[in-house]
Parts: sequence; C-alpha cells; structure tokens
Amino acid sequence: MDDLKPSDLGSYTRRCFYVFFAVICGTALMVAASLSPISSSGLRISLILVIAAVNATLVATFLMHIVTEKRFVLVVLAFTAIFFVALIGLSSYAQHDVPAIVAPR
Amino acid sequence: MEIPYAVKPRPDTGVYNAKLGMWLFLASEVMLFGGLFSAYILLRVGAPEGTWTQGLLDIRLGTINTVILAFSAVTTLLAWAACKVRDFGKFKMWHGLTILLALVFLGIKSYEYRDKFSHFQIRKADGTYVDGHIAGSKYVDAAGQEREIHHGFRGKTFTEGEKEFTLASVTLNGYEAETLKEINQPERGHKHEHKDITVPAAEIKKIGNYGPAHNTFTAIYFTMTGLHALHILGGVLVIAYFWGPGSKMWHTEPDRFTNRIEVSGLFWHFVDLVWIFLFPILYLT
Repeated sequence: MDDLKPSDLGSYTRRCFYVFFAVICGTALMVAASLSPISSSGLRISLILVIAAVNATLVATFLMHIVTEKRFVLVVLAFTAIFFVALIGLSSYAQHDVPAIVAPR
Repeated sequence: MEIPYAVKPRPDTGVYNAKLGMWLFLASEVMLFGGLFSAYILLRVGAPEGTWTQGLLDIRLGTINTVILAFSAVTTLLAWAACKVRDFGKFKMWHGLTILLALVFLGIKSYEYRDKFSHFQIRKADGTYVDGHIAGSKYVDAAGQEREIHHGFRGKTFTEGEKEFTLASVTLNGYEAETLKEINQPERGHKHEHKDITVPAAEIKKIGNYGPAHNTFTAIYFTMTGLHALHILGGVLVIAYFWGPGSKMWHTEPDRFTNRIEVSGLFWHFVDLVWIFLFPILYLT
C-alpha cells in the first residue's frame, strides 16, 4: 500500500470498514457460539477459536497489509509462524509426556 | 548525520528500515505472547476437576472492548491514509479518535480489574464457601469499640493511631456454595441469587479477593491482560506523541512522518490481534 493516491482513498476507507464489520460479525458469532446449547465443550471451544483465527487473519491480511507486503517481510513472518507453531505444539505435546509410574519392588 | 533508508526502501529488503525493525520486533512479541498462550493451555488442561474458573468475566464488557479496539485499528489506518494523501487535518482527527478509543479501552479494563479486587471468596471453617462482592466489614478494638468499613476489607487487623482493630465479621453480597465447583463452574444459564451474607470472623478459615493470587485462572488472566494493557498504554503514548509534539515533523519531512505513522499503526494492529485471541480464551471458553 505504498502508493495510495487521493483517488483511491474512498475505496480504501470502504475496505477498512468492511474488514471492521466482518470482525464485528465474527465477534458476535463467537459470543453466540459461547452461549449456544452445543453440549460438547471441545466442539464449542474449537468453533470459537476458528472464528477468532478468521478475525485475526482478516486484520493481519488487510489492515496490516500482509497481502501486499514485500517478500523479505513475509520470510520473517514465515519463520515466526514456524517457531510459534513449534512453541504451542511442544507445549501441547508436553501434556502427554508424563513419566511412567513404576511400581516399587 | 542523515539516517539511511528512513523514507526510501532499502534495495535488498524492499522496505524502509523502521518498518523492517517493527516487523522484527513484532516477531519477538509473537513469541512473548506465544509463551503466555502456551502457559494458559498447560494450566487449563492440567487444572484439577472443578478448579478452573469459568464465567467469571463480564462478556458484555469484553465484547465492547473488542469493538473499541477493532474500530481503533481502523482509525489508526485511516490516519496513515490521510498522511499518504497529504490531508493533515484528517490525520489529526483519526489519530485523535484512536487515542480516545484506547483510553476508553483502558478505562473499561480498569473497571473490570476494580471489580475483581472487590469480589471476595470466603472459605468457612465448616468447608463451605461464601462468594460475592464486599458489602462491608466490622472491626473491634481492645476496648470493645466497633468500627465499620463500608464496601471494604482491611485485613484481619489494622492499626489506626494507637488503636488496633481486629476483624469481627465480613458481609458479602453474594451466595453460599457447598463446593468450589459450584462457584468456578456453575451450570450454563444458572444464575446465583445474591443477598447480603454476614460471616463472623471465627467462622472464616480463609478470605481473599479475586486478585492475581486467588487461583491459576486469575493469575494468568491478570498476567495476560496486564501485559496487553501495558502494550496499549505504550502504544497510546507513542500515538499521542505523534498526534501532539511529534507532528511538527509533518511540516519538514512529511514522508518520514507518514512512515512513522505506518510503523506505529503496525504495532497497534498487533495489539488488536492479541486481543482477538485473549477475548475468546478468557471470556468465552
């Protein structure tokens, strides 16, 4: 977005507000999902987190302009994403990394 | 000495230096909050049955704050767009609005914190609980003189002048519960009826508010939202500087000033991104 011209301002402003309204709709859906009668808490939490991820993607893609960002920045972000996934993945894996209980002799 | 690539992009990276610097900083921020999110996952999954607090936070306030922060992300972007098209008046308006929205966000967060610090839980000697907001507490000194504190609690004893007052009773506006699970994980849709309950000091085994030391949920809640609020505070200080004294640069180096606004905007969007995940995990799940 380095070349924003005065003639583009109207459409750019509209796009910002579309993203804003999409995030608001996503937030409303998350709240509705949390209050919904879905009995499985795992399913409910997954649904809420998927909507949150969509909201975050909208903000990152359009408001942070990642969609038009230079390759070098995208490489930095790709490495960040790999480390972040590894961090969360290892933490989740650690829950199952429980030492086996050996009966005393 | 002129700072290189403050306006023009560096040929090898394709971006000006401040922007690359901000992206690298945000990458480190992702790992900082990532560590806290993974701590949250471990604490939550590892919490013994019935001990993880759910439904404590006010979803309405969290939703309002989400809308405020999302709108401020748009206003900061429109401030940058106004700089790009050389409309300084619009820049002032949108950036001023961003500052205002950030202050409202912090105001609501402070109200929520205050609410948690006035929310108490009493564990009685018989193993049951009383949970609710503090309505008042009574103290008595050695001479039998009573002292009542409205909507407050000053510990088991406190001194005033030469007199030492000892706790006589505490009144909470709340409800009684047999187990911790009834308080931490109430059935969905169930609302406890609140009334004033006075507990004599002799029956109190433990008393404390819902501050960070209350349990693991409040500890991670205050840590994550507190760190996020510090980011908001830092961000609003920088934005306020660019809105006020820092905006002098507009008249001498408008392109460089525009880049500064873009970089501060990137940080602000990151703060919004973090809240987009904090809101559902703390308020909704």
